[in-house]
Amino acid sequence: MAAVGNLDPWQGDPAGQERSNEGRDYRSWQEPPLGDNPFAHITDAVIRVVETPKPPRAWYIALGVSLCWLVSLVVSLSYLVWKGIGIWGTMHPVAWAWPIVNFVFWVGIGHAGTLISAILFLLRQTWRTAINRAAEAMTIFAVICALVFPAIHIGRPWLPYWLLPIPNQMEMWPQFRSPLDWDVFAVGTYFTVSLCFWFMGLIPDIATIRDRAESRTRRFVYGLLALGWRGSARQWHRYERAYLMLASLSTPLVLSVHSVVSFDFATSQLPGWHTTIFPPYFVAGAIFSGFAMVNTLLIPAREFFGLKIVIELRHLEMMNKVILATGTMVGYSYAMEFFIAWYGASPYEQFTFINRAFGPYAWAYWTMVSCNVIFPQLFWFKKVRTNLAAMMVICVLVNVGMWFERFVIISTSLARDFLPSSWGYFVPTIWDFSTFLGTFGLFFTLFLLFCRYLPMVATAEVKAIHPVAHGH
Amino acid sequence: MSDSSETSTPIPEPEQVHGLLAEYSTPQQLIAAARRIRDAGYSRWDSYSPFPVHGIDPAMGIRPTVLPWIVFAAGLTGGTGALALQWWTSSVDYRWIVSGKPFFSIPANIPITFELTVLSASLTCLLGMLLMNKLPMLAHPLDRSRRFARVTDDRFFVLVQASDPKFDAKDTAGLLQATSPRGPIEVVMEDTKSSNVIPRGIVYALLVLATAAIVPFALSALARVSTSEQTRLDIVPDMDFQQKFKAQRENTFFADKRAMRLPVEGTVAVGELRDDDHFYTGKVDGTFAKTFPSQIEISDATMELGRKRFGTYCTPCHGVDGSGQGMVHQRARSLMQGTWVQPADLRQDKDIYRSVGELFDNISRGVRNMPAYERQIDTQDRWAIILYLRALQRSQSAHLEDVPQAERGALK
Repeated sequence: MAAVGNLDPWQGDPAGQERSNEGRDYRSWQEPPLGDNPFAHITDAVIRVVETPKPPRAWYIALGVSLCWLVSLVVSLSYLVWKGIGIWGTMHPVAWAWPIVNFVFWVGIGHAGTLISAILFLLRQTWRTAINRAAEAMTIFAVICALVFPAIHIGRPWLPYWLLPIPNQMEMWPQFRSPLDWDVFAVGTYFTVSLCFWFMGLIPDIATIRDRAESRTRRFVYGLLALGWRGSARQWHRYERAYLMLASLSTPLVLSVHSVVSFDFATSQLPGWHTTIFPPYFVAGAIFSGFAMVNTLLIPAREFFGLKIVIELRHLEMMNKVILATGTMVGYSYAMEFFIAWYGASPYEQFTFINRAFGPYAWAYWTMVSCNVIFPQLFWFKKVRTNLAAMMVICVLVNVGMWFERFVIISTSLARDFLPSSWGYFVPTIWDFSTFLGTFGLFFTLFLLFCRYLPMVATAEVKAIHPVAHGH
Repeated sequence: MSDSSETSTPIPEPEQVHGLLAEYSTPQQLIAAARRIRDAGYSRWDSYSPFPVHGIDPAMGIRPTVLPWIVFAAGLTGGTGALALQWWTSSVDYRWIVSGKPFFSIPANIPITFELTVLSASLTCLLGMLLMNKLPMLAHPLDRSRRFARVTDDRFFVLVQASDPKFDAKDTAGLLQATSPRGPIEVVMEDTKSSNVIPRGIVYALLVLATAAIVPFALSALARVSTSEQTRLDIVPDMDFQQKFKAQRENTFFADKRAMRLPVEGTVAVGELRDDDHFYTGKVDGTFAKTFPSQIEISDATMELGRKRFGTYCTPCHGVDGSGQGMVHQRARSLMQGTWVQPADLRQDKDIYRSVGELFDNISRGVRNMPAYERQIDTQDRWAIILYLRALQRSQSAHLEDVPQAERGALK
């Protein structure tokens, strides 16, 4: 077969030759069998996506749509700065509405990447190497989307730096005892550490792109990003140590971020928020939504970019198992919240939960329950777990459900205050929608650019766990 | 890129040689070769691979890196720094009372301490790894070897540097040849053409950028020391000019120019009718009443209501026994507040003989440091508090003779 023959034009040429991508057929990619020397095949399968002169048409269409949504974000934010946060439906008594819902939603999604790269690394789950790069990228983009919201919902969006301890002429400092300030540090640290982790993993792969580059510009840009990595054993030694340490540092960090986010609610005294189950419940939900988003992105990506050779069906199935497990934990938390409301014998707490399920927001509550608790249970069946269409639908539903979970927690609790005189009902405006849609534009634009310009799979890690690397 | 490095012989002038390069196909061959070179006593050499090869460290004799200790120290520094920052800002430089909580308490400071520990350790981990690996190193003699480009793909290499004390062009080449490499041994030349010097264009661009970055700071510094004839810019006019009137502001729309409006003359808001002086003000014909108004039933139920309301509103300052030694007083004393006035001891004679009407007036409208409680406590409840206070005053200054005969035994 021509395609396979072209894979390694240097085979059997001991002196080595000028590398050339000429004559390679990017369009009709055929998966080569992984033979005695699988390393070149892995490189080719992954790096080819970055090198191909023309990405698949689906990429252009997706990028076009994403850019339109991104424009919606830019317009919404500009109008927000001009007019003020009154353009949103955020109003008394629901004074924490969509901006916080969306913030928690995006931060939650951003948990999958570092969990896969750090915790599964420490647990020696080698299957993670197929998906960790894309998942980490997704994490970083999700956290960027999340960070948009706290910055813009503070009323005067040009002053978010007041949240940081910067010496200033007002001689004031942030309130370090406030969970809202803990949030700033938790999410900020998470973003920085995830970025470090991601970039560190990218260095060897960017070096691969540099070494295969044909044009001067490519060699310069990727050469700069690769920092001059040449794969020396002495460098690999420190690299592996550093990677292990970053994984160990990230593991408690992943668990802490959504715990701290949940403190925003749990340390308040509002019925429906004031509960000790929040930290573990939020972390389980975050992993749940993050894994669902990874699958939502990777199912089409591996299809369009021909990465099925590396991102196998069994990897997606593993992900589905984690979704099933965390989804069940989330379901348990929903049940436990009701139990505690009954067992705690606080009439306000009891009212809040009965109101959630049967009050004016019942539609949102039951959407959440069906998307998060009922549909993921289909993953008990191997047929569903290994069916691409089915898992795509369920994963999208999980993300819908997880958005509604945050909406239900925030809106239903605030809409029914202690005082019936301040009860209300939250109605979003068009600007709430356009801002939220806009963050999806930002997210998908960044992810599509990542797919095109950076290696989607950590090739060095995939090679290192291949049996041939261990002499088998 | 020159092609001169592609030939194995003859070896050019020694000072231009960087080292000898051997290529291998599998990680196992690389490990075998590394063992031989290590055993031959070389020190300035390295092996190169597309991924970390398992077992190469002992084969090459690489000793464990000190990086973990550096990261540990950075984590400790980050954690200590975070604690110090929170302690100094919130309990020394900017003391801000929140619900009487302590200015510095470890539980509230754990999250940020943890985050900054991780942040500091992680950044050190990445930067330490890069610096110890001498990265970024954008140019290297090996870059001139065409074969070496596959080191990030699927090939394995060993480079013995010419600067090694044991290096000898012939012997070293022989040793490498004996490790059965793939293809000929390659001579890597020193890189004399390219250098680590940054291209001049980039240097100029950076200089221009750095200069431009000073401009905003210079402008704001200038603004701070100069005056302007122009009015300030309203970047967000909707926020600066809102369509509302604040309390105590002028409103030219009304004849009296007040934004706050008085009730329409001759009207009373629902539930605001107060046509019983005795009940609502504690006064009868302008003097303080000596009796409870008729609306107040002297009963156990009223007494119990009064006890509860006293517990809620009065005990923080006056204490459960009315001695004026409540928690607020004790806290003020522990903080050594010099201007603090002790709340009244309600057991004193002047309070015992004060009329119920005057006590009602004191609670409703406040006295000395004590604020008015008219808006917080219902009229009915204020009277109930006074009823309870009367009982409290009696019990606090009671004698054994006041206790019924049957109960005296329990007190002895």
